[in-house]
Amino acid sequence: MTSRVLKIRTPEGVVFSQILAGPVVRFVAWFADVLVISAVMGLLGFLIGLFGLISMDVATAVYLLMYFVVSIGYSLAFEWFWRGQTLGKRFFRLRVVDAEGLKLQFHQVVVRNLLRFIDTLPLFYAVGGTACWFTRKFQRLGDIAANTIVIRIPKIPEPDIEQLVAGRFNSLRQFPHLEARLRQNVEASDAALALQALLRREDFDPAARVSLFADLARHFQSKVAFPTEATDGISDEQYVRNVVDILFRTRG
Amino acid sequence: MIIDLPRFIANGRPFWQELEGFLARLESEPVSNLTIDEVKRFHFLYERCASDLTRLAANAEPETRAYLETLVARAYGEIHETRSSRTRLHPFRWFFHTLPQTFRKHLRAFGLALAITMVGVIFGAMALAFDPDAKQIITPFPHLLGDPAERVAREESAANDRLADAKTSFSAHLMTHNTKVSILALALGMSWGVGTIILLFYNGIILGAVAFDYVRAGQTEFLLGWLMPHGVIEIPAILIAGQAGLVLAGALIGWGNREPLGARLRAVGTDLMTLIFGVAILLIWAGFVEAFLSQYHAPVFPYWAKIGLGTVELALLALFLFKSGSTAAKS
Repeated sequence: MTSRVLKIRTPEGVVFSQILAGPVVRFVAWFADVLVISAVMGLLGFLIGLFGLISMDVATAVYLLMYFVVSIGYSLAFEWFWRGQTLGKRFFRLRVVDAEGLKLQFHQVVVRNLLRFIDTLPLFYAVGGTACWFTRKFQRLGDIAANTIVIRIPKIPEPDIEQLVAGRFNSLRQFPHLEARLRQNVEASDAALALQALLRREDFDPAARVSLFADLARHFQSKVAFPTEATDGISDEQYVRNVVDILFRTRG
Repeated sequence: MIIDLPRFIANGRPFWQELEGFLARLESEPVSNLTIDEVKRFHFLYERCASDLTRLAANAEPETRAYLETLVARAYGEIHETRSSRTRLHPFRWFFHTLPQTFRKHLRAFGLALAITMVGVIFGAMALAFDPDAKQIITPFPHLLGDPAERVAREESAANDRLADAKTSFSAHLMTHNTKVSILALALGMSWGVGTIILLFYNGIILGAVAFDYVRAGQTEFLLGWLMPHGVIEIPAILIAGQAGLVLAGALIGWGNREPLGARLRAVGTDLMTLIFGVAILLIWAGFVEAFLSQYHAPVFPYWAKIGLGTVELALLALFLFKSGSTAAKS
């Protein structure tokens, strides 16, 4: 399943997007939470069992109440105090947020967690999972009632552009008029593609890397033809690096 | 437009980091208040960051764009949220004002829940009146399948306490079980109310069948003494849970309400929470009473005392639900 994105337009006209978490990853996160709850209840059961040596009646009552409180209160407490995350959701980088981008309210956390009672019916989140598959925003019934969504929060490394383009001799800069023409002729999307190729160059197979940069170099050469003295002796990858330097860094 | 990305990042970074600092503070301390100057600065940083986001073309630089989108999304939630984030607890005020006011706000839904249950009660009683064998199907509790008179005689002459060493756990079982049923009654509101109606109707059938069975056997006093101490709290609690389910269903269906679904559900969210928390509190009391008092009959507890207690509880509950917090609401 491809990831879906929810776009939100602010009153100022700014558009930002949230990556929606699909049913499968949400199920896995829930399963992780179930393991945590089971572990907690196992530990509590052991401790309460010791208390049973004094009064089995009271120990049973405490266990029943604790099981009820932990099974319902776990998600409720974590999602409130960790702003939409349980241990499972944090591990899988998921977060519950308001469906309209607003601040998550306590009643939303309560409603979405209480409605698990029907989302889990009859077994293994069959109702909630089905609702998730068929709703545009991957919402189970609890999410619909609480007006919440679950989003993915990918790790966002800040691009280190300086290390790509700074401190190296750029032979293309010897021809300012062609440099200007290159800026004029290259589309923003092509420039972004070249930048991404350079940022992710270590992730490619060697053959794919050579082929990719050859294609990119050929593409940029078709936009503006630099004299041979500017391009002789430099690899395709270095050529693309020089192009990106020109496109993303103004002189001075 | 292809922007000078290193310069763009270098210029924007101090503002982005300052905004991140504000957000971290607001997110870690939900009840903290910013000063006027801090609010102005926070708003400026949000707009500055939003402006940077719009300057970046959609496909210009995905990582920086994603980073800015995350910042703007977090700040947007803080800036544009107009609902009160009352995270400080005021239990006394909540219980004596908010809960009864919320109950009265949705009185029609409560009336409907009561009517559905009463139809179930009549149906259950009539089913038993016309077909005594229906008792085997309608009554889910094995100890209620026998002759009521025999049960009364057995319990009134019991020499031993059958709940000895089990009262606390029985009480806990009742509390958790009834609370689960109540939550289910609320949650089934998402079936456009159909599930809630069925659950209320079914509860009514059981209640009607059991009541008719004991009345027909001439055991009305026992029935009242047995059910009233806890039932006058437990039954209204289930009805309030049904009320919450019907409120949810009403918001889902949206009859006569032109607002979008999200807005309708958003409008009832706090009320649903209030009602179900109120139900849980009522059921804790009912669970105690049922385990520690209701199961003991004459001569241990005379029936007049149990019926009297039930009557007082019912009067207090009615007074609480219909009157508590009404002065504060008017003022």
